[in-house]
Amino acid sequence: MFDLLQYSFVQNALAAAVLASIACGIIGVYVVVKKIVFISGGIAHASFGGIGLGYYLGINPMFGVLPFSILSALVMGTVSKKSKIPEDSAIGILWSLGMALGIIFVSLTPGYAPDLMTYLFGNILTVPRFDIYLMLALDLIIVGVVYLFYKEFLSLCFDEEFTTVQGVPTQKLYLLLLCIIALTIVVLIKVVGIILVIALLTIPATLSRKFTHDLKRMMLISTLFGTVISVAGIGLSYALDAPSGATIILVLSLVYGVVAFGMEMLEGRGTLN
Amino acid sequence: MKVDGKVMEKVIELKDVWTRYGNQVILEAVNLELEEPSGLLGIIGPNGGGKTTLLKVFLGLLKPYRGSVKLFGKSPEKSRDLVGYVPQYKRFDFDFPISVWEVVLTGRMSHTGFLKKYSDEDKKAAEDALKTVEMFQYKDRQIGQLSGGQRQRVFIARALATNPKLLLLDEPNSGLDPHMQDELYRLLDRLKKDMAIIMVTHDLSAVSIYVDRIACLNRKLHYHNSREIPVEDLEATYQCPVELIAHGVPHRVLEKHNGGS
Ligand SMILES: Nc1ncnc2c1ncn2[C@@H]1O[C@H](COP(=O)(O)OP(=O)(O)OP(=O)(O)O)[C@@H](O)[C@H]1O
Ligand SMILES: [Mg+2]
Repeated sequence: MFDLLQYSFVQNALAAAVLASIACGIIGVYVVVKKIVFISGGIAHASFGGIGLGYYLGINPMFGVLPFSILSALVMGTVSKKSKIPEDSAIGILWSLGMALGIIFVSLTPGYAPDLMTYLFGNILTVPRFDIYLMLALDLIIVGVVYLFYKEFLSLCFDEEFTTVQGVPTQKLYLLLLCIIALTIVVLIKVVGIILVIALLTIPATLSRKFTHDLKRMMLISTLFGTVISVAGIGLSYALDAPSGATIILVLSLVYGVVAFGMEMLEGRGTLN
Repeated sequence: MKVDGKVMEKVIELKDVWTRYGNQVILEAVNLELEEPSGLLGIIGPNGGGKTTLLKVFLGLLKPYRGSVKLFGKSPEKSRDLVGYVPQYKRFDFDFPISVWEVVLTGRMSHTGFLKKYSDEDKKAAEDALKTVEMFQYKDRQIGQLSGGQRQRVFIARALATNPKLLLLDEPNSGLDPHMQDELYRLLDRLKKDMAIIMVTHDLSAVSIYVDRIACLNRKLHYHNSREIPVEDLEATYQCPVELIAHGVPHRVLEKHNGGS
Protein backbone atom coordinates (compact mmCIF):
# COMPACT_ATOMS: atom_id res chain seq x y z
CA MET A 1 0.00 0.00 0.00
CA PHE A 2 2.73 2.46 0.99
CA ASP A 3 4.69 2.04 -2.20
CA LEU A 4 1.65 3.49 -3.94
CA LEU A 5 2.66 6.82 -2.42
CA GLN A 6 5.64 7.12 -4.71
CA TYR A 7 3.35 7.56 -7.71
CA SER A 8 2.83 11.23 -8.41
CA PHE A 9 -0.84 10.72 -9.34
CA VAL A 10 -1.41 9.22 -5.87
CA GLN A 11 0.38 12.14 -4.23
CA ASN A 12 -1.71 14.56 -6.24
CA ALA A 13 -4.90 12.72 -5.33
CA LEU A 14 -4.08 12.87 -1.62
CA ALA A 15 -3.17 16.55 -1.81
CA ALA A 16 -6.40 17.24 -3.67
CA ALA A 17 -8.37 15.32 -1.06
CA VAL A 18 -6.88 17.39 1.78
CA LEU A 19 -7.30 20.73 -0.01
CA ALA A 20 -10.88 19.93 -0.99
CA SER A 21 -11.70 18.83 2.55
CA ILE A 22 -10.40 22.09 4.01
CA ALA A 23 -12.51 24.18 1.65
CA CYS A 24 -15.70 22.17 2.02
CA GLY A 25 -15.13 21.64 5.74
CA ILE A 26 -15.08 25.36 6.43
CA ILE A 27 -17.55 26.66 3.85
CA GLY A 28 -19.90 23.69 4.11
CA VAL A 29 -20.58 24.74 7.70
CA TYR A 30 -21.88 28.12 6.52
CA VAL A 31 -23.91 26.50 3.77
CA VAL A 32 -25.55 24.21 6.30
CA VAL A 33 -26.19 26.62 9.17
CA LYS A 34 -27.41 29.43 6.92
CA LYS A 35 -29.57 26.91 5.04
CA ILE A 36 -28.34 27.97 1.62
CA VAL A 37 -27.85 24.48 0.21
CA PHE A 38 -30.16 25.15 -2.71
CA ILE A 39 -28.51 28.38 -3.85
CA SER A 40 -25.10 26.71 -3.48
CA GLY A 41 -26.28 23.86 -5.70
CA GLY A 42 -27.52 26.50 -8.13
CA ILE A 43 -24.13 28.23 -8.27
CA ALA A 44 -22.39 24.89 -8.78
CA HIS A 45 -24.59 23.80 -11.66
CA ALA A 46 -24.69 27.21 -13.32
CA SER A 47 -20.89 27.15 -13.28
CA PHE A 48 -21.07 24.51 -15.98
CA GLY A 49 -21.56 27.45 -18.32
CA GLY A 50 -17.99 28.48 -17.50
CA ILE A 51 -16.64 25.05 -18.34
CA GLY A 52 -18.37 25.14 -21.69
CA LEU A 53 -17.02 28.63 -22.26
CA GLY A 54 -13.51 27.42 -21.46
CA TYR A 55 -13.79 24.68 -24.09
CA TYR A 56 -15.25 27.07 -26.60
CA LEU A 57 -12.44 29.61 -26.12
CA GLY A 58 -9.86 26.85 -26.15
CA ILE A 59 -8.51 27.72 -22.68
CA ASN A 60 -8.19 25.57 -19.58
CA PRO A 61 -11.83 25.09 -18.48
CA MET A 62 -10.75 25.86 -14.89
CA PHE A 63 -10.16 29.46 -16.04
CA GLY A 64 -13.60 29.51 -17.59
CA VAL A 65 -15.30 28.22 -14.48
CA LEU A 66 -13.52 30.51 -12.02
CA PRO A 67 -14.99 33.83 -13.23
CA PHE A 68 -18.23 32.19 -14.28
CA SER A 69 -18.91 30.75 -10.82
CA ILE A 70 -18.25 34.12 -9.17
CA LEU A 71 -20.56 35.77 -11.68
CA SER A 72 -23.27 33.16 -11.02
CA ALA A 73 -22.92 33.76 -7.29
CA LEU A 74 -23.31 37.52 -7.67
CA VAL A 75 -26.24 37.26 -10.06
CA MET A 76 -28.05 34.63 -8.00
CA GLY A 77 -27.44 36.46 -4.74
CA THR A 78 -28.74 39.72 -6.15
CA VAL A 79 -31.66 38.39 -8.16
CA SER A 80 -32.92 36.05 -5.45
CA LYS A 81 -33.03 38.89 -2.90
CA LYS A 82 -34.14 41.76 -5.07
CA SER A 83 -36.56 40.39 -7.62
CA LYS A 84 -40.28 39.94 -7.09
CA ILE A 85 -40.32 36.24 -7.97
CA PRO A 86 -39.78 33.81 -5.08
CA GLU A 87 -36.14 33.10 -4.25
CA ASP A 88 -36.22 29.38 -5.04
CA SER A 89 -37.84 29.95 -8.45
CA ALA A 90 -35.17 32.55 -9.31
CA ILE A 91 -32.45 30.08 -8.34
CA GLY A 92 -34.09 27.30 -10.37
CA ILE A 93 -34.15 29.48 -13.47
CA LEU A 94 -30.51 30.61 -13.21
CA TRP A 95 -29.38 27.09 -12.34
CA SER A 96 -30.72 25.67 -15.60
CA LEU A 97 -29.75 28.75 -17.62
CA GLY A 98 -26.07 28.27 -16.68
CA MET A 99 -26.15 24.59 -17.58
CA ALA A 100 -27.88 25.29 -20.88
CA LEU A 101 -25.22 27.86 -21.78
CA GLY A 102 -22.53 25.29 -21.00
CA ILE A 103 -24.12 22.71 -23.26
CA ILE A 104 -24.47 25.22 -26.12
CA PHE A 105 -20.82 26.26 -25.75
CA VAL A 106 -19.64 22.66 -25.75
CA SER A 107 -21.71 21.85 -28.84
CA LEU A 108 -20.30 24.92 -30.62
CA THR A 109 -16.77 23.78 -29.87
CA PRO A 110 -15.31 22.07 -32.92
CA GLY A 111 -14.26 18.49 -32.37
CA TYR A 112 -14.42 16.58 -29.16
CA ALA A 113 -14.40 18.00 -25.63
CA PRO A 114 -11.81 15.95 -23.73
CA ASP A 115 -12.33 15.31 -20.00
CA LEU A 116 -15.87 16.67 -20.05
CA MET A 117 -16.97 13.85 -17.76
CA THR A 118 -14.20 14.83 -15.32
CA TYR A 119 -15.81 18.21 -14.80
CA LEU A 120 -19.24 16.72 -14.38
CA PHE A 121 -18.40 13.81 -12.10
CA GLY A 122 -14.82 14.46 -10.99
CA ASN A 123 -11.80 12.21 -11.08
CA ILE A 124 -9.43 12.75 -8.22
CA LEU A 125 -6.95 10.23 -9.65
CA THR A 126 -6.22 12.43 -12.66
CA VAL A 127 -5.85 15.86 -11.01
CA PRO A 128 -2.86 17.57 -12.65
CA ARG A 129 -0.17 19.29 -10.56
CA PHE A 130 -1.27 22.68 -11.84
CA ASP A 131 -4.78 22.19 -10.45
CA ILE A 132 -3.30 21.34 -7.06
CA TYR A 133 -1.60 24.75 -6.99
CA LEU A 134 -4.82 26.42 -8.05
CA MET A 135 -6.71 24.60 -5.29
CA LEU A 136 -4.05 25.67 -2.78
CA ALA A 137 -4.32 29.31 -3.81
CA LEU A 138 -8.13 29.22 -3.59
CA ASP A 139 -7.93 27.53 -0.17
CA LEU A 140 -5.70 30.34 1.06
CA ILE A 141 -8.20 32.94 -0.13
CA ILE A 142 -11.10 31.08 1.46
CA VAL A 143 -9.35 30.65 4.81
CA GLY A 144 -8.19 34.28 4.74
CA VAL A 145 -11.67 35.68 4.08
CA VAL A 146 -13.24 33.50 6.77
CA TYR A 147 -10.55 34.55 9.25
CA LEU A 148 -11.11 38.24 8.54
CA PHE A 149 -14.91 38.14 8.55
CA TYR A 150 -15.50 35.43 11.15
CA LYS A 151 -17.59 37.51 13.55
CA GLU A 152 -19.58 39.17 10.77
CA PHE A 153 -20.37 35.85 9.04
CA LEU A 154 -21.43 34.27 12.34
CA SER A 155 -23.81 37.13 13.09
CA LEU A 156 -25.08 37.20 9.49
CA CYS A 157 -25.95 33.52 9.58
CA PHE A 158 -27.60 33.76 12.98
CA ASP A 159 -29.66 36.95 12.62
CA GLU A 160 -29.37 38.93 9.41
CA GLU A 161 -31.70 41.74 10.45
CA PHE A 162 -29.93 42.39 13.74
CA THR A 163 -26.59 42.36 11.93
CA THR A 164 -27.87 45.10 9.61
CA VAL A 165 -28.96 47.13 12.62
CA GLN A 166 -25.39 46.88 13.89
CA GLY A 167 -24.26 48.76 10.81
CA VAL A 168 -22.83 45.77 8.95
CA PRO A 169 -23.50 45.91 5.17
CA THR A 170 -25.24 42.53 5.23
CA GLN A 171 -26.22 42.48 1.58
CA LYS A 172 -22.60 42.83 0.47
CA LEU A 173 -21.44 40.40 3.12
CA TYR A 174 -23.96 37.82 1.88
CA LEU A 175 -22.64 38.26 -1.67
CA LEU A 176 -19.10 37.79 -0.36
CA LEU A 177 -20.19 34.56 1.32
CA LEU A 178 -21.71 33.34 -1.96
CA CYS A 179 -18.47 34.24 -3.77
CA ILE A 180 -16.36 32.13 -1.45
CA ILE A 181 -18.90 29.34 -1.87
CA ALA A 182 -18.26 29.73 -5.61
CA LEU A 183 -14.49 29.44 -5.02
CA THR A 184 -15.09 26.35 -2.91
CA ILE A 185 -17.06 24.82 -5.74
CA VAL A 186 -14.11 25.42 -8.08
CA VAL A 187 -11.82 23.70 -5.56
CA LEU A 188 -14.18 20.72 -5.42
CA ILE A 189 -14.85 20.31 -9.15
CA LYS A 190 -11.88 18.06 -9.94
CA VAL A 191 -12.63 15.90 -6.93
CA VAL A 192 -16.32 15.12 -7.27
CA GLY A 193 -17.49 17.16 -10.25
CA ILE A 194 -20.16 19.80 -10.57
CA ILE A 195 -23.08 17.42 -10.21
CA LEU A 196 -21.88 15.95 -6.91
CA VAL A 197 -20.34 19.05 -5.32
CA ILE A 198 -23.33 19.64 -3.11
CA ALA A 199 -22.71 16.36 -1.28
CA LEU A 200 -19.27 17.54 -0.14
CA LEU A 201 -20.71 20.89 0.91
CA THR A 202 -23.43 19.37 3.05
CA ILE A 203 -22.56 15.92 4.39
CA PRO A 204 -19.34 16.61 6.39
CA ALA A 205 -20.82 19.80 7.88
CA THR A 206 -24.11 18.16 8.81
CA LEU A 207 -22.19 15.30 10.37
CA SER A 208 -20.01 17.68 12.41
CA ARG A 209 -23.11 19.35 13.82
CA LYS A 210 -23.88 16.15 15.69
CA PHE A 211 -20.69 16.49 17.72
CA THR A 212 -20.49 20.14 18.71
CA HIS A 213 -22.38 23.41 19.06
CA ASP A 214 -19.37 25.57 18.27
CA LEU A 215 -18.96 26.90 14.76
CA LYS A 216 -15.14 26.78 14.74
CA ARG A 217 -15.13 23.24 16.06
CA MET A 218 -17.71 22.26 13.45
CA MET A 219 -15.31 23.51 10.78
CA LEU A 220 -12.46 21.50 12.25
CA ILE A 221 -14.47 18.32 12.65
CA SER A 222 -16.02 18.49 9.19
CA THR A 223 -12.57 19.07 7.65
CA LEU A 224 -11.29 15.98 9.43
CA PHE A 225 -14.30 13.93 8.37
CA GLY A 226 -13.91 15.10 4.81
CA THR A 227 -10.21 14.23 4.72
CA VAL A 228 -10.51 10.76 6.26
CA ILE A 229 -13.51 9.82 4.17
CA SER A 230 -12.21 11.12 0.87
CA VAL A 231 -8.88 9.34 1.37
CA ALA A 232 -10.79 6.16 2.19
CA GLY A 233 -12.92 6.77 -0.89
CA ILE A 234 -9.83 7.15 -3.08
CA GLY A 235 -8.44 3.86 -1.78
CA LEU A 236 -11.72 2.11 -2.35
CA SER A 237 -12.21 3.47 -5.84
CA TYR A 238 -8.65 2.42 -6.72
CA ALA A 239 -9.20 -1.06 -5.33
CA LEU A 240 -12.61 -1.51 -6.97
CA ASP A 241 -11.73 0.44 -10.11
CA ALA A 242 -14.88 2.51 -9.50
CA PRO A 243 -15.31 6.25 -10.29
CA SER A 244 -13.62 8.15 -7.46
CA GLY A 245 -16.08 11.03 -7.02
CA ALA A 246 -19.11 8.81 -6.74
CA THR A 247 -17.25 6.40 -4.45
CA ILE A 248 -16.29 9.20 -2.06
CA ILE A 249 -19.88 10.32 -1.87
CA LEU A 250 -21.16 6.81 -1.30
CA VAL A 251 -18.73 6.41 1.59
CA LEU A 252 -19.77 9.83 2.97
CA SER A 253 -23.45 8.96 2.81
CA LEU A 254 -22.83 5.58 4.37
CA VAL A 255 -20.86 7.08 7.27
CA TYR A 256 -23.52 9.74 7.71
CA GLY A 257 -26.26 7.13 7.78
CA VAL A 258 -24.45 4.98 10.32
CA VAL A 259 -23.58 7.92 12.61
CA ALA A 260 -27.04 9.49 12.40
CA PHE A 261 -28.76 6.17 13.01
CA GLY A 262 -26.35 5.24 15.80
CA MET A 263 -26.81 8.56 17.57
CA GLU A 264 -30.57 8.39 17.29
CA MET A 265 -30.50 4.91 18.84
CA LEU A 266 -28.34 6.21 21.70
CA GLU A 267 -30.48 9.29 22.25
CA GLY A 268 -33.66 7.23 22.00
CA ARG A 269 -32.42 4.97 24.75
CA GLY A 270 -31.44 8.00 26.85
CA THR A 271 -34.91 9.48 26.77
CA LEU A 272 -36.70 6.21 27.39
CA ASN A 273 -34.82 5.39 30.57
CA MET B 1 -34.09 72.92 23.83
CA LYS B 2 -31.06 73.94 25.90
CA VAL B 3 -30.02 72.55 29.23
CA ASP B 4 -26.85 73.74 30.96
CA GLY B 5 -25.84 75.59 27.85
CA LYS B 6 -25.74 72.45 25.74
CA VAL B 7 -28.18 71.63 23.00
CA MET B 8 -30.33 68.65 23.89
CA GLU B 9 -30.80 66.36 20.95
CA LYS B 10 -34.22 65.00 20.36
CA VAL B 11 -34.11 61.23 20.84
CA ILE B 12 -36.53 60.71 17.99
CA GLU B 13 -37.97 63.06 15.46
CA LEU B 14 -40.39 61.64 12.90
CA LYS B 15 -42.02 64.08 10.54
CA ASP B 16 -44.95 63.07 8.37
CA VAL B 17 -43.73 59.52 7.80
CA TRP B 18 -45.52 57.28 5.29
CA THR B 19 -44.50 53.70 4.50
CA ARG B 20 -45.98 50.99 2.37
CA TYR B 21 -45.49 47.40 1.32
CA GLY B 22 -46.39 47.17 -2.34
CA ASN B 23 -49.50 49.31 -2.72
CA GLN B 24 -50.62 48.87 0.84
CA VAL B 25 -49.99 51.90 3.04
CA ILE B 26 -48.90 50.71 6.48
CA LEU B 27 -48.03 53.95 8.24
CA GLU B 28 -49.87 57.14 7.47
CA ALA B 29 -48.59 60.62 8.34
CA VAL B 30 -46.84 59.56 11.52
CA ASN B 31 -45.33 62.32 13.62
CA LEU B 32 -43.43 61.64 16.79
CA GLU B 33 -41.03 63.64 18.90
CA LEU B 34 -39.30 62.34 21.98
CA GLU B 35 -37.04 64.46 24.14
CA GLU B 36 -34.66 63.43 26.82
CA PRO B 37 -35.39 62.28 29.44
CA SER B 38 -38.22 60.43 27.79
CA GLY B 39 -38.63 57.43 30.11
CA LEU B 40 -40.60 54.45 28.85
CA LEU B 41 -42.89 54.90 25.86
CA GLY B 42 -45.41 52.13 25.32
CA ILE B 43 -46.84 51.53 21.86
CA ILE B 44 -50.05 49.54 21.69
CA GLY B 45 -52.23 48.59 18.77
CA PRO B 46 -53.95 45.67 17.06
CA ASN B 47 -52.16 42.92 15.12
CA GLY B 48 -51.06 44.23 11.79
CA GLY B 49 -51.38 47.81 13.02
CA GLY B 50 -47.83 48.61 11.93
CA LYS B 51 -45.98 48.50 15.27
CA THR B 52 -43.08 46.36 14.04
CA THR B 53 -43.02 48.43 10.86
CA LEU B 54 -42.64 51.61 12.91
CA LEU B 55 -39.71 50.13 14.82
CA LYS B 56 -38.10 49.17 11.50
CA VAL B 57 -38.46 52.76 10.39
CA PHE B 58 -36.65 53.90 13.55
CA LEU B 59 -33.91 51.39 12.78
CA GLY B 60 -33.52 52.42 9.18
CA LEU B 61 -34.44 48.90 8.01
CA LEU B 62 -37.37 50.36 6.13
CA LYS B 63 -37.27 53.64 4.24
CA PRO B 64 -40.41 55.75 4.33
CA TYR B 65 -41.50 56.92 0.89
CA ARG B 66 -42.41 60.26 2.42
CA GLY B 67 -41.27 62.11 5.49
CA SER B 68 -38.09 62.21 7.53
CA VAL B 69 -36.63 60.16 10.36
CA LYS B 70 -34.00 61.43 12.76
CA LEU B 71 -32.50 59.77 15.81
CA PHE B 72 -30.38 62.03 18.01
CA GLY B 73 -30.40 64.54 15.17
CA LYS B 74 -28.89 62.05 12.72
CA SER B 75 -30.14 59.52 10.20
CA PRO B 76 -30.82 56.01 11.56
CA GLU B 77 -27.76 54.71 9.65
CA LYS B 78 -25.50 57.16 11.48
CA SER B 79 -26.84 56.30 14.93
CA ARG B 80 -26.26 52.53 14.86
CA ASP B 81 -24.10 52.53 17.96
CA LEU B 82 -26.74 54.42 19.96
CA VAL B 83 -29.66 52.08 19.41
CA GLY B 84 -30.38 48.68 20.95
CA TYR B 85 -32.99 46.42 19.36
CA VAL B 86 -34.89 43.43 20.71
CA PRO B 87 -36.84 41.94 17.78
CA GLN B 88 -40.29 40.41 18.05
CA TYR B 89 -40.03 36.74 18.94
CA LYS B 90 -39.43 34.79 15.78
CA ARG B 91 -39.06 31.16 14.94
CA PHE B 92 -35.41 30.39 14.75
CA ASP B 93 -33.10 27.47 14.40
CA PHE B 94 -32.66 25.94 17.85
CA ASP B 95 -29.71 23.94 16.63
CA PHE B 96 -27.74 26.98 15.53
CA PRO B 97 -24.13 26.57 16.68
CA ILE B 98 -23.78 29.76 18.70
CA SER B 99 -23.35 30.31 22.42
CA VAL B 100 -25.09 32.87 24.62
CA TRP B 101 -21.77 34.71 24.91
CA GLU B 102 -21.31 34.91 21.14
CA VAL B 103 -24.89 36.12 20.67
CA VAL B 104 -24.43 38.96 23.15
CA LEU B 105 -21.11 39.95 21.61
CA THR B 106 -22.80 40.51 18.25
CA GLY B 107 -24.49 43.49 19.93
CA ARG B 108 -21.04 45.12 20.01
CA MET B 109 -20.34 45.06 16.29
CA SER B 110 -21.41 48.66 15.76
CA HIS B 111 -18.62 49.65 18.19
CA THR B 112 -15.95 47.12 17.23
CA GLY B 113 -15.92 47.93 13.56
CA PHE B 114 -15.17 45.81 10.55
CA LEU B 115 -12.31 43.31 10.37
CA LYS B 116 -11.42 43.75 14.03
CA LYS B 117 -11.58 41.25 16.87
CA TYR B 118 -13.78 42.05 19.85
CA SER B 119 -11.80 44.19 22.29
CA ASP B 120 -11.61 43.89 26.07
CA GLU B 121 -14.05 46.76 26.25
CA ASP B 122 -16.50 44.81 24.08
CA LYS B 123 -16.16 41.79 26.33
CA LYS B 124 -16.70 43.90 29.42
CA ALA B 125 -19.87 45.41 27.92
CA ALA B 126 -21.17 41.94 27.01
CA GLU B 127 -20.43 40.68 30.50
CA ASP B 128 -22.19 43.63 32.13
CA ALA B 129 -25.19 43.19 29.85
CA LEU B 130 -25.48 39.50 30.74
CA LYS B 131 -25.18 40.32 34.43
CA THR B 132 -27.89 42.97 34.13
CA VAL B 133 -30.35 40.35 32.89
CA GLU B 134 -28.95 37.78 35.33
CA MET B 135 -27.85 35.37 32.64
CA PHE B 136 -24.09 35.51 33.06
CA GLN B 137 -23.87 31.99 34.47
CA TYR B 138 -25.39 30.67 31.22
CA LYS B 139 -22.85 32.32 28.95
CA ASP B 140 -21.42 29.09 27.56
CA ARG B 141 -24.80 27.50 26.81
CA GLN B 142 -25.79 26.99 23.24
CA ILE B 143 -28.69 29.36 22.52
CA GLY B 144 -31.16 26.55 21.84
CA GLN B 145 -30.60 25.01 25.25
CA LEU B 146 -32.40 27.81 27.09
CA SER B 147 -36.06 28.26 27.97
CA GLY B 148 -38.04 30.81 25.98
CA GLY B 149 -37.88 33.37 28.77
CA GLN B 150 -34.15 32.92 29.26
CA ARG B 151 -33.59 33.34 25.54
CA GLN B 152 -35.63 36.54 25.58
CA ARG B 153 -33.35 37.87 28.31
CA VAL B 154 -30.30 36.99 26.22
CA PHE B 155 -31.73 39.01 23.33
CA ILE B 156 -32.26 41.92 25.73
CA ALA B 157 -28.63 41.55 26.83
CA ARG B 158 -27.53 41.60 23.19
CA ALA B 159 -29.34 44.94 22.77
CA LEU B 160 -27.88 46.28 26.03
CA ALA B 161 -24.35 45.31 25.01
CA THR B 162 -24.55 48.13 22.47
CA ASN B 163 -24.76 50.56 25.43
CA PRO B 164 -27.72 52.19 23.73
CA LYS B 165 -29.18 55.62 24.36
CA LEU B 166 -32.39 54.31 22.85
CA LEU B 167 -33.71 50.80 23.45
CA LEU B 168 -36.42 49.40 21.16
CA LEU B 169 -38.31 46.31 22.29
CA ASP B 170 -40.88 44.53 20.15
CA GLU B 171 -43.27 42.60 22.39
CA PRO B 172 -40.54 41.57 24.81
CA ASN B 173 -43.06 40.08 27.21
CA SER B 174 -44.53 37.49 24.84
CA GLY B 175 -43.76 33.99 26.03
CA LEU B 176 -42.85 35.11 29.54
CA ASP B 177 -44.72 33.87 32.60
CA PRO B 178 -46.28 36.52 34.89
CA HIS B 179 -43.32 36.45 37.26
CA MET B 180 -40.79 36.88 34.45
CA GLN B 181 -42.89 39.64 32.91
CA ASP B 182 -42.81 41.46 36.20
CA GLU B 183 -39.02 41.01 36.35
CA LEU B 184 -38.76 42.40 32.83
CA TYR B 185 -40.76 45.52 33.67
CA ARG B 186 -38.68 46.11 36.79
CA LEU B 187 -35.54 45.79 34.68
CA LEU B 188 -36.87 48.34 32.19
CA ASP B 189 -37.81 50.59 35.08
CA ARG B 190 -34.16 50.56 36.21
CA LEU B 191 -32.78 50.95 32.68
CA LYS B 192 -34.90 53.96 31.78
CA LYS B 193 -32.72 56.17 33.98
CA ASP B 194 -29.89 55.66 31.49
CA MET B 195 -31.71 55.44 28.18
CA ALA B 196 -34.92 56.17 26.34
CA ILE B 197 -37.02 53.03 25.95
CA ILE B 198 -39.77 52.25 23.48
CA MET B 199 -41.73 49.09 24.04
CA VAL B 200 -44.34 47.59 21.75
CA THR B 201 -46.76 45.45 23.70
CA HIS B 202 -50.25 44.01 23.85
CA ASP B 203 -50.19 44.00 27.64
CA LEU B 204 -52.39 46.95 28.63
CA SER B 205 -52.29 46.29 32.33
CA ALA B 206 -48.48 46.47 32.32
CA VAL B 207 -48.70 49.63 30.29
CA SER B 208 -50.91 51.17 32.93
CA ILE B 209 -48.34 50.55 35.67
CA TYR B 210 -44.90 51.00 34.18
CA VAL B 211 -45.20 53.21 31.16
CA ASP B 212 -44.54 56.97 31.25
CA ARG B 213 -46.10 57.81 27.92
CA ILE B 214 -48.31 55.88 25.64
CA ALA B 215 -49.06 55.84 21.94
CA CYS B 216 -51.73 53.93 20.03
CA LEU B 217 -50.94 52.77 16.53
CA ASN B 218 -53.18 51.51 13.79
CA ARG B 219 -51.88 52.97 10.54
CA LYS B 220 -52.10 56.35 12.27
CA LEU B 221 -50.26 57.14 15.45
CA HIS B 222 -52.20 58.66 18.33
CA TYR B 223 -49.75 60.24 20.72
CA HIS B 224 -50.23 63.07 23.16
CA ASN B 225 -47.02 63.03 25.16
CA SER B 226 -48.82 61.69 28.21
CA ARG B 227 -49.67 58.45 29.93
CA GLU B 228 -53.38 58.89 29.47
CA ILE B 229 -55.15 57.46 26.47
CA PRO B 230 -58.25 59.30 25.32
CA VAL B 231 -61.04 56.76 25.05
CA GLU B 232 -61.82 57.81 21.50
CA ASP B 233 -58.17 57.17 20.48
CA LEU B 234 -58.31 53.71 21.93
CA GLU B 235 -61.58 52.95 20.19
CA ALA B 236 -60.29 54.34 16.91
CA THR B 237 -57.16 52.24 17.18
CA TYR B 238 -58.81 48.95 17.99
CA GLN B 239 -62.13 49.69 16.33
CA CYS B 240 -64.13 48.13 19.09
CA PRO B 241 -65.80 49.38 22.28
CA VAL B 242 -63.42 50.44 24.99
CA GLU B 243 -64.91 48.00 27.52
CA LEU B 244 -63.52 45.11 25.47
CA ILE B 245 -60.02 46.54 25.23
CA ALA B 246 -59.53 48.13 28.59
CA HIS B 247 -60.93 45.29 30.61
CA GLY B 248 -59.09 45.35 33.93
CA VAL B 249 -57.17 48.52 33.15
CA PRO B 250 -57.25 51.03 36.01
CA HIS B 251 -59.42 53.96 35.12
CA ARG B 252 -56.82 56.59 35.81
CA VAL B 253 -55.11 55.58 32.57
CA LEU B 254 -58.17 56.19 30.49
CA GLU B 255 -58.98 59.78 29.94
CA LYS B 256 -62.68 60.44 30.33
CA HIS B 257 -64.68 61.35 27.31
CA ASN B 258 -65.20 65.08 27.59
CA GLY B 259 -67.93 65.46 25.07
CA GLY B 260 -66.69 68.41 23.02
CA SER B 261 -63.37 67.41 21.49
N1 LIG C 1 -42.46 42.09 4.55
C1 LIG C 1 -43.75 42.47 4.37
N2 LIG C 1 -44.29 42.46 3.13
C2 LIG C 1 -45.57 42.84 2.93
N3 LIG C 1 -46.39 43.25 3.90
C3 LIG C 1 -45.93 43.28 5.16
C4 LIG C 1 -44.58 42.89 5.46
N4 LIG C 1 -44.38 43.01 6.78
C5 LIG C 1 -45.56 43.46 7.29
N5 LIG C 1 -46.46 43.63 6.32
C6 LIG C 1 -47.85 44.14 6.50
O1 LIG C 1 -47.76 45.35 7.21
C7 LIG C 1 -48.78 45.44 8.16
C8 LIG C 1 -48.19 45.83 9.51
O2 LIG C 1 -47.33 44.79 9.96
P1 LIG C 1 -46.54 44.88 11.31
O3 LIG C 1 -45.68 43.67 11.40
O4 LIG C 1 -45.90 46.19 11.43
O5 LIG C 1 -47.73 44.77 12.38
P2 LIG C 1 -47.65 44.72 13.97
O6 LIG C 1 -48.40 45.90 14.47
O7 LIG C 1 -46.26 44.57 14.42
O8 LIG C 1 -48.50 43.42 14.28
P3 LIG C 1 -48.31 42.29 15.42
O9 LIG C 1 -49.02 42.78 16.63
O10 LIG C 1 -49.01 41.10 14.84
O11 LIG C 1 -46.84 42.07 15.63
C9 LIG C 1 -49.53 44.13 8.14
O12 LIG C 1 -50.74 44.35 7.45
C10 LIG C 1 -48.66 43.21 7.37
O13 LIG C 1 -49.43 42.36 6.58
MG1 LIG D 1 -45.15 43.11 15.32
